[in-house]
Amino acid sequence: MKQFIIGYVLVVGIITNVLLQDKELEESMQRGSEIYADFCITCHLDTGEGVESVFPPLAASDYLMNKREESIFGVKYGRSGDMVVNGVTYSNSMMSMGLEDEEIADVMNYILNSWGNTSDKIVTVEEVSGITR
Amino acid sequence: MKISAISTYLFVVMTSVSCAQSSENMAKSPESVDFTAEIVIDNLSVPWGMVFLPDGSILVSELSGELIRFKDGERTNITNVPEVYFRGQGGLLDLELHPDYENNGWIYITYSSKEGEEKGGNTAIMRAKLEGNALVDNELLYKASPNTTKGQHYGSRIAFDNEGYLYFSAGERGERDVNPQDITRDNGKIYRLHDDGRIPADNPFVNDETAKKAIYSYGHRNPQGLVKHPVTGAIWDHEHGPRGGDEINIIKKGKNYGWPVVTYGINYGGTPITDKTEMEGMEQPIHYWVPSIAPSGITFVTSDKYPAWKGNLLVGSLVFQYLELLEMDGEKVTNRIKLLEGMGRVRNVKQSPDGYIYVAIEGKGLYKLVPKS
Repeated sequence: MKQFIIGYVLVVGIITNVLLQDKELEESMQRGSEIYADFCITCHLDTGEGVESVFPPLAASDYLMNKREESIFGVKYGRSGDMVVNGVTYSNSMMSMGLEDEEIADVMNYILNSWGNTSDKIVTVEEVSGITR
Repeated sequence: MKISAISTYLFVVMTSVSCAQSSENMAKSPESVDFTAEIVIDNLSVPWGMVFLPDGSILVSELSGELIRFKDGERTNITNVPEVYFRGQGGLLDLELHPDYENNGWIYITYSSKEGEEKGGNTAIMRAKLEGNALVDNELLYKASPNTTKGQHYGSRIAFDNEGYLYFSAGERGERDVNPQDITRDNGKIYRLHDDGRIPADNPFVNDETAKKAIYSYGHRNPQGLVKHPVTGAIWDHEHGPRGGDEINIIKKGKNYGWPVVTYGINYGGTPITDKTEMEGMEQPIHYWVPSIAPSGITFVTSDKYPAWKGNLLVGSLVFQYLELLEMDGEKVTNRIKLLEGMGRVRNVKQSPDGYIYVAIEGKGLYKLVPKS
Protein backbone atom coordinates (compact mmCIF):
# COMPACT_ATOMS: atom_id res chain seq x y z
CA MET A 1 0.00 0.00 0.00
CA LYS A 2 2.74 2.40 1.01
CA GLN A 3 4.61 1.58 -2.20
CA PHE A 4 1.47 2.20 -4.18
CA ILE A 5 1.01 5.66 -2.68
CA ILE A 6 4.63 6.58 -3.34
CA GLY A 7 4.30 5.30 -6.88
CA TYR A 8 1.04 7.16 -7.36
CA VAL A 9 2.46 10.44 -6.11
CA LEU A 10 5.51 10.00 -8.31
CA VAL A 11 3.49 9.32 -11.44
CA VAL A 12 1.11 12.23 -10.81
CA GLY A 13 4.07 14.46 -10.08
CA ILE A 14 5.82 13.52 -13.30
CA ILE A 15 2.67 13.99 -15.40
CA THR A 16 1.99 17.39 -13.82
CA ASN A 17 5.55 18.42 -14.47
CA VAL A 18 5.37 17.35 -18.11
CA LEU A 19 2.04 19.10 -18.61
CA LEU A 20 3.31 22.31 -17.04
CA GLN A 21 6.41 22.23 -19.21
CA ASP A 22 4.26 21.61 -22.25
CA LYS A 23 2.18 24.63 -21.37
CA GLU A 24 5.28 26.73 -20.82
CA LEU A 25 6.68 25.58 -24.18
CA GLU A 26 3.38 26.19 -25.91
CA GLU A 27 3.17 29.75 -24.60
CA SER A 28 6.78 30.44 -25.49
CA MET A 29 6.22 29.08 -29.01
CA GLN A 30 3.14 31.26 -29.42
CA ARG A 31 5.16 34.39 -28.58
CA GLY A 32 7.98 33.05 -30.73
CA SER A 33 5.72 32.68 -33.75
CA GLU A 34 4.96 36.41 -33.58
CA ILE A 35 8.66 37.25 -33.39
CA TYR A 36 9.25 34.90 -36.32
CA ALA A 37 6.58 36.59 -38.46
CA ASP A 38 8.08 39.95 -37.58
CA PHE A 39 11.83 39.36 -37.99
CA CYS A 40 12.62 36.05 -39.68
CA ILE A 41 9.95 35.20 -42.22
CA THR A 42 11.24 37.52 -44.96
CA CYS A 43 14.29 35.30 -45.48
CA HIS A 44 13.54 31.91 -43.92
CA LEU A 45 9.93 31.91 -45.17
CA ASP A 46 6.69 30.78 -43.61
CA THR A 47 7.51 27.08 -43.65
CA GLY A 48 11.13 27.48 -42.57
CA GLU A 49 12.44 26.09 -45.85
CA GLY A 50 14.57 29.18 -46.64
CA VAL A 51 15.96 29.70 -50.15
CA GLU A 52 18.50 27.13 -51.29
CA SER A 53 22.06 28.50 -51.44
CA VAL A 54 20.84 31.92 -50.23
CA PHE A 55 19.03 31.60 -46.90
CA PRO A 56 19.53 28.31 -45.03
CA PRO A 57 16.50 26.23 -44.05
CA LEU A 58 15.33 25.95 -40.45
CA ALA A 59 12.91 23.09 -41.11
CA ALA A 60 14.75 19.76 -40.87
CA SER A 61 18.01 21.69 -40.57
CA ASP A 62 20.92 19.62 -39.26
CA TYR A 63 22.71 22.80 -38.21
CA LEU A 64 19.81 24.05 -36.08
CA MET A 65 19.09 20.69 -34.47
CA ASN A 66 22.74 19.79 -33.73
CA LYS A 67 24.25 23.19 -33.00
CA ARG A 68 21.93 24.64 -30.45
CA GLU A 69 24.43 27.00 -28.86
CA GLU A 70 25.77 28.30 -32.20
CA SER A 71 22.22 28.85 -33.38
CA ILE A 72 21.30 30.91 -30.32
CA PHE A 73 24.56 32.82 -30.71
CA GLY A 74 23.70 33.57 -34.35
CA VAL A 75 20.26 34.92 -33.51
CA LYS A 76 21.69 36.99 -30.65
CA TYR A 77 24.76 38.52 -32.28
CA GLY A 78 24.37 37.81 -35.98
CA ARG A 79 26.73 35.65 -37.98
CA SER A 80 28.79 35.71 -41.15
CA GLY A 81 31.17 33.44 -43.03
CA ASP A 82 30.48 30.07 -44.57
CA MET A 83 28.10 27.67 -42.87
CA VAL A 84 27.07 24.23 -44.08
CA VAL A 85 23.41 23.28 -43.67
CA ASN A 86 22.18 19.89 -44.89
CA GLY A 87 25.27 19.62 -47.07
CA VAL A 88 24.82 23.00 -48.78
CA THR A 89 27.27 25.84 -48.12
CA TYR A 90 25.79 29.24 -47.32
CA SER A 91 28.07 32.28 -47.42
CA ASN A 92 25.46 34.92 -46.67
CA SER A 93 25.48 36.94 -43.48
CA MET A 94 22.70 37.47 -40.98
CA MET A 95 22.75 40.57 -38.86
CA SER A 96 21.74 40.78 -35.25
CA MET A 97 18.04 41.56 -35.00
CA GLY A 98 18.43 43.37 -31.67
CA LEU A 99 16.04 40.98 -29.91
CA GLU A 100 15.85 40.72 -26.12
CA ASP A 101 16.97 37.46 -24.52
CA GLU A 102 13.37 36.51 -23.73
CA GLU A 103 12.38 37.02 -27.37
CA ILE A 104 15.34 34.93 -28.54
CA ALA A 105 14.28 32.08 -26.23
CA ASP A 106 10.74 32.29 -27.59
CA VAL A 107 11.72 32.32 -31.25
CA MET A 108 14.22 29.48 -30.67
CA ASN A 109 11.47 27.40 -29.06
CA TYR A 110 9.25 28.16 -32.04
CA ILE A 111 11.76 27.13 -34.70
CA LEU A 112 12.99 24.11 -32.71
CA ASN A 113 9.45 22.75 -32.49
CA SER A 114 7.82 23.68 -35.81
CA TRP A 115 7.62 22.20 -39.31
CA GLY A 116 8.40 18.72 -38.01
CA ASN A 117 11.31 19.84 -35.81
CA THR A 118 11.22 18.66 -32.19
CA SER A 119 13.48 19.46 -29.27
CA ASP A 120 13.54 17.73 -25.88
CA LYS A 121 14.70 20.71 -23.94
CA ILE A 122 12.99 24.09 -23.75
CA VAL A 123 15.24 27.13 -24.36
CA THR A 124 15.16 29.37 -21.31
CA VAL A 125 16.02 33.05 -20.91
CA GLU A 126 18.87 31.97 -18.63
CA GLU A 127 20.33 29.78 -21.35
CA VAL A 128 20.24 32.68 -23.83
CA SER A 129 21.71 35.11 -21.29
CA GLY A 130 24.52 32.66 -20.62
CA ILE A 131 25.66 32.69 -24.24
CA THR A 132 28.04 35.59 -24.67
CA ARG A 133 30.72 36.69 -27.08
CA MET B 1 -8.35 16.66 -72.29
CA LYS B 2 -11.26 19.03 -72.67
CA ILE B 3 -10.90 20.38 -69.15
CA SER B 4 -7.19 20.88 -69.47
CA ALA B 5 -7.68 22.66 -72.80
CA ILE B 6 -10.23 24.98 -71.22
CA SER B 7 -8.10 25.65 -68.18
CA THR B 8 -5.09 26.34 -70.37
CA TYR B 9 -7.22 28.73 -72.38
CA LEU B 10 -8.48 30.43 -69.22
CA PHE B 11 -4.97 30.64 -67.83
CA VAL B 12 -3.68 32.31 -70.96
CA VAL B 13 -6.61 34.70 -71.11
CA MET B 14 -6.38 35.55 -67.43
CA THR B 15 -2.66 36.15 -67.45
CA SER B 16 -2.88 38.32 -70.52
CA VAL B 17 -5.76 40.28 -68.98
CA SER B 18 -4.41 40.65 -65.47
CA CYS B 19 -0.80 41.49 -66.14
CA ALA B 20 0.24 44.92 -67.22
CA GLN B 21 3.60 43.50 -68.25
CA SER B 22 4.86 40.25 -69.64
CA SER B 23 4.58 37.33 -67.26
CA GLU B 24 7.99 36.26 -68.52
CA ASN B 25 9.73 38.19 -65.80
CA MET B 26 13.28 36.90 -65.96
CA ALA B 27 16.59 38.71 -65.69
CA LYS B 28 19.29 37.44 -68.02
CA SER B 29 22.99 37.05 -67.55
CA PRO B 30 25.02 39.47 -69.68
CA GLU B 31 26.59 38.33 -72.95
CA SER B 32 29.87 39.93 -71.99
CA VAL B 33 31.17 41.65 -68.88
CA ASP B 34 32.85 44.92 -69.77
CA PHE B 35 34.02 45.94 -66.33
CA THR B 36 35.86 44.70 -63.28
CA ALA B 37 34.67 45.18 -59.69
CA GLU B 38 37.52 46.62 -57.63
CA ILE B 39 37.19 46.63 -53.88
CA VAL B 40 37.59 50.16 -52.50
CA ILE B 41 36.58 49.58 -48.88
CA ASP B 42 36.51 46.15 -47.27
CA ASN B 43 35.05 44.91 -44.01
CA LEU B 44 31.61 46.45 -44.17
CA SER B 45 28.67 44.74 -42.55
CA VAL B 46 25.43 46.37 -43.75
CA PRO B 47 26.54 49.47 -45.67
CA TRP B 48 23.20 51.25 -46.04
CA GLY B 49 23.91 54.77 -47.25
CA MET B 50 26.83 56.47 -49.00
CA VAL B 51 27.78 59.91 -50.25
CA PHE B 52 30.79 61.30 -52.05
CA LEU B 53 32.24 64.49 -50.57
CA PRO B 54 33.95 67.13 -52.74
CA ASP B 55 37.32 66.43 -51.05
CA GLY B 56 37.29 62.90 -52.47
CA SER B 57 36.25 61.14 -49.30
CA ILE B 58 33.33 58.73 -49.06
CA LEU B 59 30.91 58.59 -46.14
CA VAL B 60 29.25 55.24 -45.47
CA SER B 61 26.52 54.55 -42.90
CA GLU B 62 26.42 51.12 -41.31
CA LEU B 63 22.99 49.90 -40.20
CA SER B 64 24.42 49.23 -36.72
CA GLY B 65 24.83 52.99 -36.22
CA GLU B 66 28.37 53.76 -37.31
CA LEU B 67 29.11 56.59 -39.72
CA ILE B 68 32.47 56.01 -41.36
CA ARG B 69 34.61 58.29 -43.51
CA PHE B 70 37.10 56.84 -45.98
CA LYS B 71 39.79 59.06 -47.37
CA ASP B 72 43.07 58.08 -49.01
CA GLY B 73 42.72 54.56 -47.66
CA GLU B 74 42.15 55.77 -44.12
CA ARG B 75 39.08 54.90 -42.11
CA THR B 76 37.65 57.25 -39.49
CA ASN B 77 34.56 56.88 -37.34
CA ILE B 78 32.48 60.04 -37.19
CA THR B 79 31.20 61.04 -33.74
CA ASN B 80 28.01 62.73 -32.53
CA VAL B 81 25.93 60.52 -34.83
CA PRO B 82 22.26 60.26 -33.76
CA GLU B 83 21.46 57.28 -31.55
CA VAL B 84 19.63 54.59 -33.50
CA TYR B 85 17.05 51.98 -32.51
CA PHE B 86 18.99 49.00 -33.78
CA ARG B 87 16.42 46.27 -34.09
CA GLY B 88 15.16 44.30 -37.09
CA GLN B 89 15.46 46.51 -40.16
CA GLY B 90 16.09 49.63 -38.06
CA GLY B 91 19.40 51.43 -37.68
CA LEU B 92 21.39 54.15 -39.38
CA LEU B 93 19.88 54.34 -42.86
CA ASP B 94 20.43 56.69 -45.80
CA LEU B 95 22.78 59.60 -46.42
CA GLU B 96 22.36 62.43 -48.92
CA LEU B 97 24.10 65.73 -49.56
CA HIS B 98 22.28 69.02 -49.99
CA PRO B 99 22.33 69.99 -53.70
CA ASP B 100 24.35 73.05 -52.63
CA TYR B 101 26.57 71.09 -50.23
CA GLU B 102 29.73 72.87 -51.33
CA ASN B 103 28.38 76.14 -49.95
CA ASN B 104 26.23 75.10 -47.00
CA GLY B 105 27.70 71.74 -45.86
CA TRP B 106 24.39 70.06 -44.97
CA ILE B 107 24.33 66.26 -44.84
CA TYR B 108 20.91 64.57 -44.54
CA ILE B 109 20.54 61.33 -42.59
CA THR B 110 17.61 58.97 -42.08
CA TYR B 111 17.58 56.52 -39.16
CA SER B 112 15.33 54.65 -36.76
CA SER B 113 14.79 56.88 -33.77
CA LYS B 114 13.56 56.06 -30.26
CA GLU B 115 12.46 59.64 -29.66
CA GLY B 116 8.93 59.88 -28.28
CA GLU B 117 6.81 58.49 -25.47
CA GLU B 118 6.12 54.97 -26.69
CA LYS B 119 8.48 52.02 -26.57
CA GLY B 120 10.17 51.14 -29.87
CA GLY B 121 11.20 53.34 -32.77
CA ASN B 122 10.21 54.91 -36.05
CA THR B 123 11.79 56.57 -39.08
CA ALA B 124 13.39 60.00 -38.61
CA ILE B 125 15.32 62.40 -40.82
CA MET B 126 17.90 64.88 -39.54
CA ARG B 127 20.60 67.09 -41.00
CA ALA B 128 24.04 68.02 -39.74
CA LYS B 129 27.40 69.36 -40.87
CA LEU B 130 30.72 67.63 -40.73
CA GLU B 131 33.39 69.41 -38.74
CA GLY B 132 36.63 67.51 -38.33
CA ASN B 133 35.50 64.02 -37.37
CA ALA B 134 32.22 65.02 -35.76
CA LEU B 135 28.71 65.92 -36.82
CA VAL B 136 27.72 69.40 -35.64
CA ASP B 137 24.60 71.58 -35.80
CA ASN B 138 22.41 68.44 -35.69
CA GLU B 139 18.77 69.27 -36.48
CA LEU B 140 15.90 66.79 -36.37
CA LEU B 141 13.66 67.61 -39.34
CA TYR B 142 10.91 64.99 -39.09
CA LYS B 143 10.13 61.98 -36.94
CA ALA B 144 7.36 59.55 -37.85
CA SER B 145 5.18 58.36 -34.96
CA PRO B 146 4.04 56.41 -33.04
CA ASN B 147 6.99 54.20 -32.13
CA THR B 148 6.61 50.45 -32.35
CA THR B 149 8.84 47.50 -31.42
CA LYS B 150 8.06 45.80 -34.73
CA GLY B 151 11.12 44.95 -36.78
CA GLN B 152 10.10 45.80 -40.29
CA HIS B 153 9.65 48.49 -42.88
CA TYR B 154 11.32 51.77 -42.02
CA GLY B 155 11.88 52.85 -45.65
CA SER B 156 14.01 55.07 -45.84
CA ARG B 157 15.82 56.73 -48.70
CA ILE B 158 16.43 60.42 -49.40
CA ALA B 159 16.35 62.39 -52.68
CA PHE B 160 16.27 66.04 -53.74
CA ASP B 161 14.41 67.27 -56.82
CA ASN B 162 15.44 70.05 -59.20
CA GLU B 163 13.60 72.68 -57.15
CA GLY B 164 15.51 71.71 -54.03
CA TYR B 165 12.66 69.94 -52.25
CA LEU B 166 13.66 67.12 -49.94
CA TYR B 167 11.93 63.74 -50.28
CA PHE B 168 12.25 60.73 -48.00
CA SER B 169 10.38 57.48 -47.54
CA ALA B 170 9.03 55.76 -44.43
CA GLY B 171 7.77 52.18 -44.74
CA GLU B 172 4.56 50.98 -43.10
CA ARG B 173 6.29 49.53 -40.01
CA GLY B 174 4.53 46.19 -40.18
CA GLU B 175 1.04 47.73 -39.90
CA ARG B 176 -0.20 47.35 -43.42
CA ASP B 177 -3.90 47.50 -42.54
CA VAL B 178 -3.49 50.58 -40.36
CA ASN B 179 -0.91 52.92 -41.85
CA PRO B 180 -0.43 53.09 -45.64
CA GLN B 181 -3.95 54.09 -46.68
CA ASP B 182 -4.50 56.57 -43.82
CA ILE B 183 -3.11 60.06 -44.46
CA THR B 184 -3.74 61.04 -40.84
CA ARG B 185 -1.01 58.56 -39.87
CA ASP B 186 2.68 58.34 -40.62
CA ASN B 187 4.27 55.32 -42.38
CA GLY B 188 3.74 53.83 -45.79
CA LYS B 189 4.40 57.34 -47.11
CA ILE B 190 6.80 59.46 -49.13
CA TYR B 191 7.28 62.89 -47.61
CA ARG B 192 8.25 66.24 -49.11
CA LEU B 193 9.89 68.99 -47.07
CA HIS B 194 11.88 72.17 -47.60
CA ASP B 195 15.57 71.60 -47.02
CA ASP B 196 15.23 73.00 -43.47
CA GLY B 197 12.29 70.75 -42.55
CA ARG B 198 9.47 73.25 -43.11
CA ILE B 199 6.39 71.87 -44.84
CA PRO B 200 5.91 73.31 -48.34
CA ALA B 201 2.73 75.37 -48.73
CA ASP B 202 1.78 73.43 -51.85
CA ASN B 203 2.05 69.94 -50.35
CA PRO B 204 -1.06 67.95 -51.35
CA PHE B 205 -2.67 67.59 -47.92
CA VAL B 206 -1.83 70.92 -46.25
CA ASN B 207 -5.48 71.96 -46.20
CA ASP B 208 -6.68 68.72 -44.65
CA GLU B 209 -7.11 69.41 -40.91
CA THR B 210 -6.32 65.88 -39.77
CA ALA B 211 -3.68 64.85 -42.31
CA LYS B 212 0.06 64.61 -41.75
CA LYS B 213 0.97 67.60 -43.88
CA ALA B 214 4.44 66.44 -44.84
CA ILE B 215 2.96 63.56 -46.87
CA TYR B 216 3.52 63.77 -50.62
CA SER B 217 2.26 60.30 -51.65
CA TYR B 218 0.85 57.29 -49.80
CA GLY B 219 -0.09 53.61 -50.10
CA HIS B 220 3.57 52.50 -50.05
CA ARG B 221 4.92 49.38 -48.40
CA ASN B 222 8.67 49.65 -47.87
CA PRO B 223 10.51 51.96 -50.28
CA GLN B 224 14.28 51.45 -50.08
CA GLY B 225 15.06 53.24 -53.33
CA LEU B 226 14.45 56.90 -54.18
CA VAL B 227 16.07 58.77 -57.05
CA LYS B 228 15.58 61.80 -59.28
CA HIS B 229 15.21 61.07 -62.98
CA PRO B 230 18.14 62.82 -64.68
CA VAL B 231 16.07 64.16 -67.59
CA THR B 232 12.49 64.64 -66.39
CA GLY B 233 13.44 65.58 -62.82
CA ALA B 234 10.64 63.33 -61.47
CA ILE B 235 11.22 61.32 -58.29
CA TRP B 236 11.15 57.55 -58.79
CA ASP B 237 10.95 54.99 -56.01
CA HIS B 238 11.20 51.27 -55.74
CA GLU B 239 9.69 49.34 -52.91
CA HIS B 240 9.68 45.85 -51.48
CA GLY B 241 6.51 43.89 -52.08
CA PRO B 242 5.58 40.96 -49.84
CA ARG B 243 6.22 37.67 -51.68
CA GLY B 244 6.35 38.97 -55.22
CA GLY B 245 5.16 42.44 -56.14
CA ASP B 246 8.22 44.62 -55.67
CA GLU B 247 7.57 47.79 -57.65
CA ILE B 248 9.09 50.79 -59.40
CA ASN B 249 6.83 53.84 -59.19
CA ILE B 250 6.99 57.41 -60.43
CA ILE B 251 6.04 59.53 -57.44
CA LYS B 252 3.29 62.04 -58.08
CA LYS B 253 1.81 64.60 -55.76
CA GLY B 254 -1.01 63.30 -53.55
CA LYS B 255 -1.26 59.95 -55.31
CA ASN B 256 -2.11 56.60 -53.74
CA TYR B 257 0.15 53.69 -54.71
CA GLY B 258 -2.30 51.09 -53.48
CA TRP B 259 -0.68 49.01 -50.74
CA PRO B 260 -2.25 46.76 -49.47
CA VAL B 261 -5.47 47.22 -51.46
CA VAL B 262 -3.82 46.38 -54.78
CA THR B 263 -0.57 44.43 -55.19
CA TYR B 264 1.10 41.94 -57.48
CA GLY B 265 2.36 40.05 -54.41
CA ILE B 266 1.00 37.47 -51.96
CA ASN B 267 1.59 36.73 -48.26
CA TYR B 268 4.82 35.01 -47.24
CA GLY B 269 2.72 31.95 -46.43
CA GLY B 270 1.35 31.83 -49.98
CA THR B 271 -2.14 33.06 -49.14
CA PRO B 272 -3.56 36.00 -51.09
CA ILE B 273 -3.56 39.56 -49.73
CA THR B 274 -6.10 40.79 -52.23
CA ASP B 275 -7.32 39.58 -55.62
CA LYS B 276 -6.82 43.05 -57.07
CA THR B 277 -3.78 44.32 -58.93
CA GLU B 278 -5.38 47.59 -59.99
CA MET B 279 -8.12 49.93 -58.94
CA GLU B 280 -9.53 53.31 -59.92
CA GLY B 281 -7.71 56.07 -58.06
CA MET B 282 -4.60 53.99 -57.42
CA GLU B 283 -1.36 54.28 -59.34
CA GLN B 284 0.14 51.40 -61.29
CA PRO B 285 3.85 50.69 -61.02
CA ILE B 286 5.89 51.17 -64.18
CA HIS B 287 7.51 47.84 -63.37
CA TYR B 288 6.93 45.04 -60.88
CA TRP B 289 9.01 42.02 -59.95
CA VAL B 290 7.59 38.52 -59.49
CA PRO B 291 9.37 36.84 -57.83
CA SER B 292 10.69 39.56 -55.54
CA ILE B 293 14.30 40.57 -56.00
CA ALA B 294 14.16 42.56 -52.70
CA PRO B 295 15.40 45.86 -54.18
CA SER B 296 17.67 48.21 -52.27
CA GLY B 297 19.39 51.27 -53.69
CA ILE B 298 18.71 52.75 -57.13
CA THR B 299 20.60 54.97 -59.53
CA PHE B 300 20.37 56.18 -63.10
CA VAL B 301 23.57 55.83 -65.09
CA THR B 302 24.28 59.23 -66.62
CA SER B 303 28.05 59.15 -67.13
CA ASP B 304 29.89 58.20 -70.32
CA LYS B 305 32.05 55.60 -68.55
CA TYR B 306 29.63 52.78 -69.38
CA PRO B 307 28.23 53.53 -72.86
CA ALA B 308 25.93 50.48 -72.90
CA TRP B 309 24.32 51.48 -69.61
CA LYS B 310 23.77 55.17 -70.17
CA GLY B 311 20.20 56.28 -69.40
CA ASN B 312 19.41 52.95 -67.72
CA LEU B 313 18.67 52.04 -64.11
CA LEU B 314 20.75 50.05 -61.65
CA VAL B 315 19.05 48.39 -58.66
CA GLY B 316 20.54 46.16 -55.94
CA SER B 317 18.97 42.77 -55.19
CA LEU B 318 19.20 41.55 -51.60
CA VAL B 319 17.60 38.16 -52.11
CA PHE B 320 19.18 37.06 -55.39
CA GLN B 321 22.47 38.76 -54.60
CA TYR B 322 23.20 40.63 -57.79
CA LEU B 323 23.06 44.11 -59.30
CA GLU B 324 20.20 44.48 -61.75
CA LEU B 325 20.54 46.60 -64.88
CA LEU B 326 17.13 47.65 -66.14
CA GLU B 327 17.29 48.86 -69.72
CA MET B 328 14.77 51.62 -70.17
CA ASP B 329 12.81 53.07 -73.03
CA GLY B 330 11.37 56.17 -71.37
CA GLU B 331 9.21 54.83 -68.57
CA LYS B 332 9.22 51.26 -69.84
CA VAL B 333 11.58 48.49 -68.78
CA THR B 334 12.68 46.70 -71.94
CA ASN B 335 15.32 44.29 -70.63
CA ARG B 336 16.79 43.09 -67.34
CA ILE B 337 20.39 41.98 -66.93
CA LYS B 338 22.12 40.46 -63.90
CA LEU B 339 25.48 41.99 -63.01
CA LEU B 340 27.84 40.96 -60.19
CA GLU B 341 26.06 37.62 -59.86
CA GLY B 342 26.75 35.80 -56.63
CA MET B 343 28.77 38.63 -55.10
CA GLY B 344 26.40 39.02 -52.13
CA ARG B 345 23.45 41.07 -50.98
CA VAL B 346 23.64 44.36 -52.88
CA ARG B 347 22.47 47.03 -50.45
CA ASN B 348 23.22 50.20 -52.35
CA VAL B 349 24.37 51.53 -55.72
CA LYS B 350 25.37 55.09 -56.63
CA GLN B 351 27.19 57.00 -59.32
CA SER B 352 30.04 59.15 -58.00
CA PRO B 353 30.58 62.75 -59.16
CA ASP B 354 33.40 61.54 -61.45
CA GLY B 355 31.00 59.14 -63.16
CA TYR B 356 31.97 55.75 -61.70
CA ILE B 357 29.42 53.31 -60.29
CA TYR B 358 29.96 52.21 -56.68
CA VAL B 359 28.20 49.18 -55.26
CA ALA B 360 27.86 48.38 -51.54
CA ILE B 361 27.60 44.67 -50.71
CA GLU B 362 26.66 43.29 -47.28
CA GLY B 363 29.35 41.42 -45.43
CA LYS B 364 31.91 42.48 -48.03
CA GLY B 365 32.39 46.14 -48.73
CA LEU B 366 32.28 48.86 -51.33
CA TYR B 367 33.19 48.08 -54.95
CA LYS B 368 34.00 50.41 -57.83
CA LEU B 369 33.01 49.21 -61.29
CA VAL B 370 35.94 49.94 -63.59
CA PRO B 371 35.28 49.63 -67.34
CA LYS B 372 37.68 47.45 -69.30
CA SER B 373 39.44 49.66 -71.79
